[in-house]
Amino acid sequence: MGRTLIQKLWDAHTVADLGDDATLLYMDRVFLHERTGSVSLKGLEAAGRKVRNPEQVFCTMDHIVDTLPGRGDDTIMPSGKDFITTTRGAANAAGITLFDIGDDRQGIVHVVSAEQGITLPGLTQVCPDSHTCTLGALGALAWGIGSTEGEHALATKTLAVNKPKSMRVAFDGTLGFGVTAKDMILHRIGEYTAAGGVGHAIEFTGSVIRALPQENRFTVCNMAVEFAAFTGLIPPDDTTIDYVHGRPYAPTGETWDAAVEYWRTLRADEDAVYDKEISIDCADIVPKVTWGTSPGHTGQIDGVVPSPTEAPDANTQTSWEQALEYMDLKPGQPIEGVPIDAAFIGSCTNSRLSDLREVVKVVKGRRVADGVKAIVVPGSSQVKLAAEAEGIDKALVEAGFEWRESGCSMCFYAGGESFGERERVISSTNRNFENRQGPKTRTHLASPTSVAASAIAGKIADVRKLA
Amino acid sequence: MTLAMQKFTTLSSVAAPIMRVNIDTDAIIPSREMKGVTKDGLSVGLFANWRYTDVDARVENPDFILNRAPFRDAQILLSGENFGCGSSREHAVWALKEWGIRCVIAPSFGTIFYGNCVRNGILPVVLSEDTVKAFAAAAEKGAEAGICIVDLVKQDVTGPDGDTHTFDIAAADKEMLVEGLDPIGLTLKQDDAILAFREKDKAQRPWVYL
Ligand code: SF4
Repeated sequence: MGRTLIQKLWDAHTVADLGDDATLLYMDRVFLHERTGSVSLKGLEAAGRKVRNPEQVFCTMDHIVDTLPGRGDDTIMPSGKDFITTTRGAANAAGITLFDIGDDRQGIVHVVSAEQGITLPGLTQVCPDSHTCTLGALGALAWGIGSTEGEHALATKTLAVNKPKSMRVAFDGTLGFGVTAKDMILHRIGEYTAAGGVGHAIEFTGSVIRALPQENRFTVCNMAVEFAAFTGLIPPDDTTIDYVHGRPYAPTGETWDAAVEYWRTLRADEDAVYDKEISIDCADIVPKVTWGTSPGHTGQIDGVVPSPTEAPDANTQTSWEQALEYMDLKPGQPIEGVPIDAAFIGSCTNSRLSDLREVVKVVKGRRVADGVKAIVVPGSSQVKLAAEAEGIDKALVEAGFEWRESGCSMCFYAGGESFGERERVISSTNRNFENRQGPKTRTHLASPTSVAASAIAGKIADVRKLA
Repeated sequence: MTLAMQKFTTLSSVAAPIMRVNIDTDAIIPSREMKGVTKDGLSVGLFANWRYTDVDARVENPDFILNRAPFRDAQILLSGENFGCGSSREHAVWALKEWGIRCVIAPSFGTIFYGNCVRNGILPVVLSEDTVKAFAAAAEKGAEAGICIVDLVKQDVTGPDGDTHTFDIAAADKEMLVEGLDPIGLTLKQDDAILAFREKDKAQRPWVYL
């Protein structure tokens, strides 16, 4: 029987079979950030252990640093400085490469890791951060772990992992006008629930995936964890290899040639069998916006807020009722037209250069509606520089957006900056959980262009009508 | 800083039901409750948004189950499917552990959360939704009615109704919990294999080695 891509990567990294489906896997890369990486490094220090092969371990500052201009170690979060200085000290002591505040390689961990060529096709990579699955878009086996597992990976170069089941999700057909990678992924979670991928590693395939530019592929894999999956990945192809070529940590010369030859073998065999298969016709997808407090609570822009009485089961009914109460929405209410207080474009889901270019197309010559706080946070300092070189920052500021330094920013609330209580935000991020973007803040997830169109309209808007 | 691993063999405790589905780690420990670079002192922030009517002033919500006797001392939590989904923050587990929870029973768990539990001496038990709901219904009736007995060695849970339900757990996870082993120490027993893998791999995939 043929092997899936997941199986091939699993086999290539197996150090020892631990029985019962558990495997000791070799970890090619570990990436840390100041929020949880600091805890892993301190834990290791306290146990008197050392980082093995620190040259393959990287760290960035993204979660706690402010994104306001002129930022330094002091943060809006009262104890933020402690995280920053502890991480810096521990990373330096361990001999790890750190992309610190002020370094032009700094940025959101999963954006930076791809951008610098630290993640390559076929690698295993972990980070104490759940959206590490983003990097599966390069054909790497990458997933999020806890801080204690982080210590384990750092100290031993391995992790003991239970093998996930395999799932293939095929996106075929044609994407409609105004429909983006973000809508694809929200659609899938909406159709198959936020628990639909539990225990599975997903291979994304199909003609639409093959046609997607690399940056959009990151968006697809980013939200695998919102589907409760172990991770998601896309078989590397020319698009992937072109993307990796010439990146700072990518191989060169003969080593590059050997690597490419190997990467071309990284795809499932024709007769590979998956534990589960889903196929999605992209013609069915329209711009998506969430109405509730789980990414599974996804509706379509031209739809209405569902009624809990129509929920498929009692649990879902309760969760819908709670979500509607938190979100202050009524069953049957059209999603389009709900007034917003703020619009946020950023995060490891949607903050890359191509996202920002699309946003500019929507907002150029228009103004953010009065009373709407609109913020754009580039995914990395490199994205920021590249965007500024082509005037994206000016176009956004002219339209009434704030333009910031790179970081996670208001993708989540750690005690620093946040949106206000009960404020309604449309956001290009990945989680609409209660209190995620601030105490009692109401989050609607959508694509960056839908967020931009809504910022202009002052209410949740259909980007297809503006574009 | 590494909290000592406590061995887990059997546990008898009242079980506290929080029967929502998809309880995410942001709900278990909100971001703003993770104030320091440490694993300690997190239990005060456990379920903060539900547990307090005024989070800043720490005014307890008397309706929240963990604020009510006998559930305040529960070592077992019952919940709906996909418990611990969302953010990878291990703080959720450290907060539960410091509060005194040693076992969570649910129809399914967030994958990262499940692994974090095992590594910190908390036993995650998967039982069918109907079973967990029956336990929860019994628990709502009061202390004596809500006792669950968990036996990890035998891999079963005896519910308040007296029926015994078996559960699955990977052998390595079970060993770690039962023996209270430190996972790093356990792995380093295989260090020869790790080093041999690295030498062989270096020749095959030189581009990986920066
Ligand atoms: S941008 Fe948001 S989701 Fe991404 S790593 Fe940062 S906090 Fe996590």
